[in-house]
Amino acid sequence: MYKYDRYDQEMVDARVAEFRDQVRRRLDGSLTEDQFRPLRLQNGLYLQLHAYMLRVAVPYGTLSSAQMRMLGDIADKYDRGYGHFTTRQNIQYNWIKLEDTPDILADLASVEMHAIQTSGNCIRNISSDQYAGAAADEIVDPRPYAELLRQWSSFHPEFLTLPRKFKIAVIASETDRAAMKLHDIGIRLVRNDAGEIGARFYVGGGMGRTPMIAPLIRDFVPLDQLITYAEACLRVYNRYGRRDNKYKARIKILVHELGREEYTRQVEEEFAHLLTQGIEPPIAELERIKLYFTDPAFEAGLPDDLDLSDPDFRLWVERNTQAHRQPGYAIATVSLKPVGGIPGDASADQIRLMADLARDYSFDELRVTHAQNIVYPHVRKADLYTLWRKLDEAGLGTANLDRIGDIIACPGLDYCSLANARSIPVAQRISELFAAPEKQAAIGELKLKISGCINACGHHHAGHIGILGVDRKGVENYQLLLGGSEGADTSLGTITGPGFDEAGIVNAVEKATEVYLANKQGEERFLDTYHRIGMAPFKEALYG
Amino acid sequence: MVDVQFRFRDDDAVNDPAVTVDSFAQQSNASAVRIEPGDDARDLLPYLDRLRLIEVNFPVWTDGRGYSAARVLREAGYDGELRAVGDVLIDQLALLRRCGFDAFAPERPLDPADAEAAFTRWHNVYQATVDGRPPIWAKRHQG
Repeated sequence: MYKYDRYDQEMVDARVAEFRDQVRRRLDGSLTEDQFRPLRLQNGLYLQLHAYMLRVAVPYGTLSSAQMRMLGDIADKYDRGYGHFTTRQNIQYNWIKLEDTPDILADLASVEMHAIQTSGNCIRNISSDQYAGAAADEIVDPRPYAELLRQWSSFHPEFLTLPRKFKIAVIASETDRAAMKLHDIGIRLVRNDAGEIGARFYVGGGMGRTPMIAPLIRDFVPLDQLITYAEACLRVYNRYGRRDNKYKARIKILVHELGREEYTRQVEEEFAHLLTQGIEPPIAELERIKLYFTDPAFEAGLPDDLDLSDPDFRLWVERNTQAHRQPGYAIATVSLKPVGGIPGDASADQIRLMADLARDYSFDELRVTHAQNIVYPHVRKADLYTLWRKLDEAGLGTANLDRIGDIIACPGLDYCSLANARSIPVAQRISELFAAPEKQAAIGELKLKISGCINACGHHHAGHIGILGVDRKGVENYQLLLGGSEGADTSLGTITGPGFDEAGIVNAVEKATEVYLANKQGEERFLDTYHRIGMAPFKEALYG
Repeated sequence: MVDVQFRFRDDDAVNDPAVTVDSFAQQSNASAVRIEPGDDARDLLPYLDRLRLIEVNFPVWTDGRGYSAARVLREAGYDGELRAVGDVLIDQLALLRRCGFDAFAPERPLDPADAEAAFTRWHNVYQATVDGRPPIWAKRHQG
């Protein structure tokens, strides 16, 4: 894992001092709320329906056990004993007092963490593949590149007042586990014919009210030009992105309106200019960062056998573990989606327990996934049973990864001041409806995603089944979408037709699964069957 | 005209009235120009050697186009006064300096102690820009 040197530490410490000063100036009235708002947002602090919400950055989703333990302690000390893991691999606290935030940031800085640029119209926390460094299919670990971009984007003086927020994801495998093409910039590390690593740039993706899949704008950026190319992409956006309409201000609109070719031409022109400016860190800096991401001390020659005689354990292994590139090891996912639970929530005690188990069974490392779960990247197969038992005793042993119960949901109208409808109760009702393991097993892989408004924080466009909460004449109404996907086959869901009330949408989801089960051929997943038979049979069942 | 509150230059203050970018093109003798957010700073590049003052206006501080305009001008070699005017607040000062501004004329005067703290808070920087400060990556790999 990356470790701060004295420079990194000094930067977050300076940020804490700066924010403490900003809060002081807000409280003494020398900053108006209008002036303070963008400043607090760039430190992750939102004013929500009931209280302030603080979003803490988890760079590329990677945490040490000490950092995770601190997240639990903060939940107890400053919140109501809970934390909420988000779709951008971060964690949010929903009940924060403004006066406490400088102290929370100082506590975070003591474990090399921060809330820098987790909100606001700036470059946000860089996200990545939750299985980075462990996945069998990656060409390199993408995290050193994400860390290089983290440092470049932190406090970037030119890009802190962009037209709109800006999200970057970095992956390094064919299988996209980070919804990379649904980011403002999606970077996939690839190897060219000469065997060199470079960066493939996709620019202008996003969800929100105008979902778009990012087009490819550069097939191969050499690693010693990576930062310069990113800077060129951002400068063209900062200069020409729309500022007349908040809803047309994301880079996807600029790329769409200019066209991919014209945007690319402008970027290449700016890039050629910036190459003369000496803004690129030396490759030695990337090599320095890479040293922090070397493999942990794996034991060689471990067996791959597992005693699966306990049927509950067997189910969990089948559902929640993935192949590791090291023999004798597995990647294990903790589902934060218990039956009837709030997706992504964990109590302070659960967070601390997950920290301890990472220390004992996963080389001190955890990951947060964009599906709001927690990953142990490096578990000896021989330890899996003990790990699962300890998780299960704490209510963390749910075996439903990528099943219908593994729902992504935004905080919705229960917390969020932007929302039009509640997301959490809908997720809870669906989770309860499909609680029976045999029901989930029959349905198989099905990604269900719920957003409480058109901003799409719950990624409803990318769900095999998506649900969008809207406000219809003061009443919560839910639209159903089918056929979205965030993987290699990234696609956007299609709305089935008129929306439903809360009970109706739960019923509609059940009907959609029934249509799938009645039409399924062979090993088809829900998504495959939908692609084959199309929308008509679903519409017939829902509205016929 | 709003007073310059902070200036980081040794030469004499420039008091020539700044003209708009549009009218500048027709006035071959003007030595001061004001850029608005919608103007393209690159339109000025052919005339940099006769300019002594470029004002960049921030009608609202959250419109960040002026930061790119400043860097574009400095990257092209402009070494005259680059003045931030308009809605210039304490928490933008250090960022504006990094993008090449060396004079500040906020429409509402800023608290001098708060401004001093803001100008001196960041001992190190992550990026190479046009202010000549060595970024952290350069310090890590020097010598």
